[in-house]
Formats: sequence, C-alpha cells, structure tokens
Amino acid sequence: MSETQQARPPRLLFSRAFLVDRSWPIVLDLGIGAALIALFYGVLLLARYWSGTVVPESQISLAASALPRYAFYSCARILLAYLLSLAFAIGYGYLAAYNKRAEAFLIATLDILQSIPVMSFLPPVILAMMTLIPTHQLGIELGDIVVIFTGMVWNMAFSFYASLKAIPRELQEACKINRFSPIQRAFQLELPFAAIGLVWNSMISVANGWFALMICEMFNLGSRNFRLPGLGSYLATAASMGDNHAMARGLITVVVLIVAIDQLIWRPLIAWSDKFKFENVENADRSRSPILDLLRRSNILTRVSEHTLEPLSERMYAALARGERKRAGVLPDVDRTRRSYLATAVFGTFLLLIAALTIWKASLLVRGLPLVEYRQLLIGAGATFLRVIVALVLAAAWTIPAGVMIGFNPRLARIAQPFAQIAASFPATALFPLILVALLRTGAGLGLSAVVLMMLSTQWYIFFNVIAGAMAIPSDLKEVSTLFGFSRIQRWRTLILPGIFPYLITGLITASGGAWNASILTEYFKLHERTLSTVGLGAQIDHATDTGNFAVLLMATVIMALIVVTINRLLWRPLNRLAETKYRLE
Amino acid sequence: MSQDAIIRAEKIEKYYAQPSENRIQVIAQTDLSIEAGEIVALLGPSGSGKSTLLRMLAGLSKPSGGNVFWHGKPIQTQTINVSIVFQSFALFPWLTVLENVEAPLKARGMGPSDRRERALAILDTVGLDGFQSAYPKELSGGMRQRVGFARALVVEPEVLFMDEPFSALDVLTAENLRSELLELWAKKTIPTQAVFIVTHNIEEAVLLADRIIVLGRNPGHVRTDFKVTLAHPRDRKSGPFTQLVDYIYKVLTRPDVMPEVPRIEDGKTVRDQRQMHYEMLPHARPGGIAGLLEMIIDMSDSSGRADIYKVADELAFEIDDLLPIVDAAQLLRFLKVEEGDVTITPEGRTFAESEILLQKDLFRKAATEHVLLLRQIARALDNKRDHTVPEEFFLDMLDEQFSDEETRRQLETAINWGRYAELFDFDGSRRRFILPEEEEEEEEETAEAGTE
Repeated sequence: MSETQQARPPRLLFSRAFLVDRSWPIVLDLGIGAALIALFYGVLLLARYWSGTVVPESQISLAASALPRYAFYSCARILLAYLLSLAFAIGYGYLAAYNKRAEAFLIATLDILQSIPVMSFLPPVILAMMTLIPTHQLGIELGDIVVIFTGMVWNMAFSFYASLKAIPRELQEACKINRFSPIQRAFQLELPFAAIGLVWNSMISVANGWFALMICEMFNLGSRNFRLPGLGSYLATAASMGDNHAMARGLITVVVLIVAIDQLIWRPLIAWSDKFKFENVENADRSRSPILDLLRRSNILTRVSEHTLEPLSERMYAALARGERKRAGVLPDVDRTRRSYLATAVFGTFLLLIAALTIWKASLLVRGLPLVEYRQLLIGAGATFLRVIVALVLAAAWTIPAGVMIGFNPRLARIAQPFAQIAASFPATALFPLILVALLRTGAGLGLSAVVLMMLSTQWYIFFNVIAGAMAIPSDLKEVSTLFGFSRIQRWRTLILPGIFPYLITGLITASGGAWNASILTEYFKLHERTLSTVGLGAQIDHATDTGNFAVLLMATVIMALIVVTINRLLWRPLNRLAETKYRLE
Repeated sequence: MSQDAIIRAEKIEKYYAQPSENRIQVIAQTDLSIEAGEIVALLGPSGSGKSTLLRMLAGLSKPSGGNVFWHGKPIQTQTINVSIVFQSFALFPWLTVLENVEAPLKARGMGPSDRRERALAILDTVGLDGFQSAYPKELSGGMRQRVGFARALVVEPEVLFMDEPFSALDVLTAENLRSELLELWAKKTIPTQAVFIVTHNIEEAVLLADRIIVLGRNPGHVRTDFKVTLAHPRDRKSGPFTQLVDYIYKVLTRPDVMPEVPRIEDGKTVRDQRQMHYEMLPHARPGGIAGLLEMIIDMSDSSGRADIYKVADELAFEIDDLLPIVDAAQLLRFLKVEEGDVTITPEGRTFAESEILLQKDLFRKAATEHVLLLRQIARALDNKRDHTVPEEFFLDMLDEQFSDEETRRQLETAINWGRYAELFDFDGSRRRFILPEEEEEEEEETAEAGTE
C-alpha cells in the first residue's frame, strides 16, 4: 500500500513502480471480491440470528473466539442505525429547509429531541418493537437499532438542514433556470454541498453510536433482563465478573475496530469529500487516503458502475425530463400551491393529534407521582447540574492551555491530529469500569468519580476545538503581539482568548450536551453484581428504567430535556451569536 | 410596444409585505420588452432593483403585480428557453467543466453521446478546448466565467440573461471576454435572439448595447430607455461615445424632477421614499467623504465646479461606489450637484481643508443639522438618565420605512457616522447606543475589536 502511495507521483521515472502499479488492480479486485463474499456471509449470519426465536438474555461467552461474532453484531447494529439516521437526517433536513410553515416547529422539535438522553428512549422503543414483532429476535434487535439511532441522528439532521439553508442563491437559480428536476438538483447541488458537513457529523454520530451501544446491549426493564450478543455486553459482562483479561481483549477489539473504521471508511470518505469543498481556489493541503486511491483504480468497481449505475441514471434523467415536459403548462402554479397547502394542513393536523394524544397519555402516567418524587428529582437535577459545571470547568482548565500550546506548534499539531481523530471516536464509556475501579480504590466516592468520568468523556470536544481555534489564529496577529511586546496576560486577553472563542464555544456546547448524556452512565454503575449509585438525575433515569418505573422515567426525562433546552437558549445561543459576530476572524 | 417581443412585461412590480400598513416597494409598475435582435443593457445605482427585474423577466421570480409574457402567452404556463450568466459564475465546484456544461442538457433528457458532442462544441466556441476535465477551482476567474458562458449557451437560449457577468473579473479579462461575446453575437455563431445584460458599468453598457435602460431607485423605476445606434466596434475615445457616457452619468446623478407615486389595486398607497420621514442615509464612510471633497477641490475650476465623470475616472471608481459618497456629501450640504457637475460649498471646503479634530467638529455640526436619525439618537441619549438606548428602539422606527436589510444597513451607517462625529458610541455586545465619555473601561474592548 505504502509502496504505491510513494510511487504514484514519479510514476514514469521508476519502471518497478510502474509494474507494481499495473499489477495492483488484479490483487485489488480479488480483495474486493473477498470482501463482498465476507459481507454476504455476514448478512446470512445476521438473517439467521434475527429470524430466530426471541432470546432476550443470551449467554455471553468471555472466550476470545466469540469476539469476532460479537464485534460483527455490534458493527451491524451501528451500521443499520447509521443508515437509518442518514435517511432520516436527509428527509428531515429537506422538510425543515424547504417548508416555510413547518420550519420553526421542526427545528424546535429537533432541539428538544436532541436533549433527551438515549436511556429514556430505551424502554418505550424496545417494548413497542417487541409488541410489534413478538415472535422473532428481529423485534428486540430493531428496537435496539432504533435506540442507537436516537443517539446519533440529531446532529446529522441539523447539519444537513444548515447546509441546505447555506446554499448560495445563484446556484439555486442556476438549477431553476435550467429546469433541474428535484432529483438532479439533489445529486448535483444539494447532496454535494452538504457532503462535507455530513461526513464530519457522521463521524461524530458513529462515535455517539458506540456510546449508545454500551448502554443498550445490556439493560433491565423492570423485572426483565436483556442481554444481546455484542461488544457492549461483552465488556459489561467482563467488568461485572471482574475478568480483567476479557476486559482487555474487549477493549483491544474496540480499538482495532475504531482504527479500522477510521482507516477504511472515514479517511477515504474525507479525502473523497474534499472535492465538494465550496471554494474557488485550490487548497494546498488536501486530505489523502491510500485506500481511496486503491478503490479508484479497481477494475471491478469501475465496470460495475459503468454497467449499472450510469445507464440507470441516464434512463432516470430521460424519464424525468419527459415528465417535466408533460407537466409544463398543464398544471398552473396556483393549483400546485393550493394542493401543497392542503397537504401541509392535513399533515400538520395529524402531527398535532399525535402530539396531543401523547401529552394526554403522559400526563395520565405522571399524575399519580407523589410530591416526594418531584423533590427527589429536583435535588437530583441540581446535583447533576453541579457535576456538569464542575466537569466542564475542569476540562476547560487543562484543555485550553494544552490545546493552545499544541495549536501554536505546527509540528506538535501534525503529530497529534491522527490520534485526535481516533480518540474522538473512541467511546470513553468502554473504559469506565477500569477507571471507576481505580478511582474507588483511591477512596473517592461515586459522586466524585462521576465528575471525573464525565470529564473524561467530554473533554475531547473542547480540546480538539481549542487546537483548531489556535491553529486558525492568523500569524500576522501573533506577530503583532510579539512586535509590541505584549505581556503574557495581555497576549491571552487580546489575542488568544478572543481568537479561539468561537471554537471554544462550539466545543463547550458539544461537551455540555455530552456531559448531560454521560450522567446516565457515570452516576449509576453495576460492578461485580453490586449496584453503585449517587444522587443525580442520570442515576434516577437509570434506576427508573431498571425498576420499570415509567412515571419517574418520564418526569426525569422531561426535566433533563427542559434543563438542556433552557441552557441552550439562555446561554449557548447568545454566546454562539457573539462568536459569530464579534469574534469572527475574517 | 410591439406584439412580437420575445418577452414582454406589463405593469410588473415587486414589493414586500410588511407587518404594518406600508409595503416596501422595490420596483414600481414597469413596462418593458425584449425584442429579437437586440442587446439590452440595464443600468442603475445599487438598490434600484436591477437584479430583481432581471429575475422577473427570466421567470425566476414572480412579480407581485402585473404579468410577464413569453411570445404573447403568460410566462408561467410556457416552457421557456432562457439562460443566465451569473456574477459569481454559479458553477458547481464538484463537477468538471464538461459536467457543468452538460448539466442543463441532462435536465432536458438528452442522451450521453449527444450531450457530450454539444458540450464539447460549445466549449470549443468559448475557447475552453482541452479544459473539459478540469474542475472550476483549477481555473482563473476569466476561464471560470467562460465556463459560465458555455453552460448558458449550450442550451441555445432564445434570450441570454447576464447579471453583472464581468464585474468579478479584472479589467483586462473583462474587456477580452466582452469583445469575444460581441464577436459571437455579431457573427451569429450562437443562435441566441436577444441578450439582456445588467451592469453598473456605464462604459460597458455603451460598448455592448443596442438599447440602454436606466433605472432610478426608491422604488426602482425606468428613468430613461433609449437606442444606441453607434456602429460596432465602438471607440471609447470617440465624441458620440463620451457624450453618451456623460449623458448617462447625468441621468444617474441628477436630482429627480417629479416623482410619481404608484398606486396599488387595493388602494393602499405605497410610500415613496422621497417623501419619507427619514431620508435614506447613503452608505458612505466619513473618511471617504473627506477624500472625495479634497479630490474635487484639486480638480475643480475657479468657481469650485468639477465634472463628476472626470472625478470618477481619476479615482478609477465605478459609479456604484462613487454615488453614495456624492449623495452623502450632498446630504451634509458639503456639495451641490447639478447636471452631472458638482460644486463644493464653503462648508465643504473648510471641512476638507481642516485637520482631523476640527473635521470631526464640522462633521458633527453638519450631521446633527441635516440628518434626522443622528439627531434623534443623540437627543435620546441626552434625555435618558442612564445615557444608553437599545438599538431596537431605532430599528422599530426605521422598520416602518425600510426593508429589514435596509434598516440594518441604515443603522450601521448611522453608527459609523455617529462614532466618527463622536456623537455617540455603540456597544456591539449589548446592542445599545451609549454616550462616548461614559466609556472609559469600554475603550479597551474597542481596541480589542480592532485587532480582529
């Protein structure tokens, strides 16, 4: 691989490189063929398992030989949840961006949904799916996938929506004047324009997917225990049995998977999406991926695309154009708008009815809740709130100086970047049992440990954003501050802090959201058949799920969503606006 | 107006509904037609709705009132064959040159081989032979606009619309492309029947057009519409050419004589901006005003008169950039404008020749005397006990008269002028106007903002 990569530019100079270059495609095609066969086998395996009878609590084997199968199941869940997210994000983005009447409502809904922790989706979704498909394993599995989906979809939907809104007007007009069909517009304008945002958000989403996976492969719903075969269950089982070897094996598998996904999927995707950069000058440092170069040279893929995709798309465009010609002049504008009004009205009423029904049912559920529970919940919310703040402050305290130091030093930054990417997608939750045991050994209680764990799982967002911010400070500004001999304090106050401010805010927003979500994993822990728990909203949500107390679960979720949305509106949104106006470096 | 026009607009207008009774009129009722065989140039100061008018004629935007006809039939019901060349090129950066040019043909359902043939032929015509597999970002600005032309021409449009197609290019490249376009047109290499070009460059209009339409603003309306009969190629230095250019400058700078107030069907009167309570602040910087005055003093004759066209030429300014500064100087009574000539007033002369602190004093005096908005802000600040007033207060008042965007720009200019005159300051993070002397600790913040 590295040979071809080096051999590529001076191709005509070295005949050996020339030869390697030419013999590669065959090896490549064989590789791709093998991968396809493996994929086919995997699908078969999955189909057999899913169509089998319901086994809610499968036996988790801690043997190393079981790991590949578990890894495969977990990856399949994440992949399907991701595909579901992608489809949802695109659909929702289109609806919100192009439907003026629904836009405000849809975006507010997204804001609320985003603030609901994954754990709260778990009981209703799983139970609904099991009722829907009671006879097959598919029911539980689909439920699980939908829960993972709720952990990864929102930021993608936001990203796609924002991209659609940011398309320059003249490009839209170029499509309109040339009578592009919606499909052509999607493929030639909207999807390419949104591609880069979607790829980066996909990376974040998949990382969130791993996070959710740790929760939802092994859980209790009231008296029923669920344990699905997968890496999350493996790690949880190993942790609760205190099997350190199995724990290590599991963690290594996770790391290997994440590195492999990074190299085999994200790197090629980022390099490929480079061409969708909306810029008018060619950028000097482009992302590279040897895998992408290989795929581009594969014979099979080129052939397949030549014989299937291209003729298909040609036929589609021809059909669309015929339809367009037929439609032109037949349907007056007024009729079309009236019809869309009607459709919106019907759809809107339908949504409102569902919402009303849900609220009615929910209020029935919560009505019986004693006042004491409310007090407990509010105390818990306060405790978690404090923990989130402390975790964020601690994280910012070390990441800002460290991030600035790295960002100001290009050599360090270059070394740190690949690690950063992998660390960002590594689920800190997988490490929790190990860290927790270590922390408890030092005598810290779970209340304190929860802060540390929360910080561990969210500090990276701040760290990487600070690095990016420090790197983006123009060197002439740095030179000015050196030239005028700014003192250290002055330098931080007038150059560095304002310079990294927008990035810092972005990092803090993500970290704060993450910290609330992490409270569920950090405040409540099952270790060696013991249940550790501390006062906090996260613990209350866990406990409610465990005991099947849905009234408390609902109330706790509503409180958490309210707090997160309120913080977003009152704190983060104004700060973000400030970052976009006053502190924007142009 | 002849019946065989390709595109004919009858009483089209554009306005935006406002929550209050008034509407923001962008374009007053206008009749206009595009006929076969002519290049029409549309000129006008910024804010006169040139681009809006183009988009209504091209069927991209629906007029708020009136109708556009395509060969005599309502344009919405017709499959029209027009193209637009955009100022920003509007190419898809992720498609190659060839794919960009093929895209409109794809939309029309043409097969791959025909498509390629047509696209390659047109690329050859515009001089892009051999560049088909390049990406737009690998090309220079001029080459990119050639792709823009190729994409517009590949569908063999009956009418070719161009929205300031040369203004993003450097002077030489623009000149080059213009003459090539004229050549394609004159030799009938392209089957295009008519060209409609929006520009703010007067010389460009006189160079290219068979017919020139000049718009006035507030709201946009046709000031003059005349044919240009000079033979091609036109010589910039010739007498008739410069006379035409001078004439258009005069039309663009002359204060209007009798504005007509358009009426809308349902009886709501549209407020003409000239009768407005607030005069529209031209978006000019105080420093620019001083600079212009100095320039005029240097170039004027003994009576203090100068030809504004010469000044613009000397400064290498486009009319769009110069007009707001002239308007501003006129508003502050530093200048008098007549028939394309400007005369500096005694106040203007003192202002231009003073040193900076005195200049600020003079500017403050002139501004408070002649600009209602600045006077109001200063007075409001004086009267409030805490000497701060939120921005919204003035936004709301301006909102009555201007569009949202214009309101914001008006306030921005007011802040700019007020800061220069040291009448008041503006706290950007709290969005409040404040008095400058109360600002000891805020001083640092502005210094900080200055480094951004």
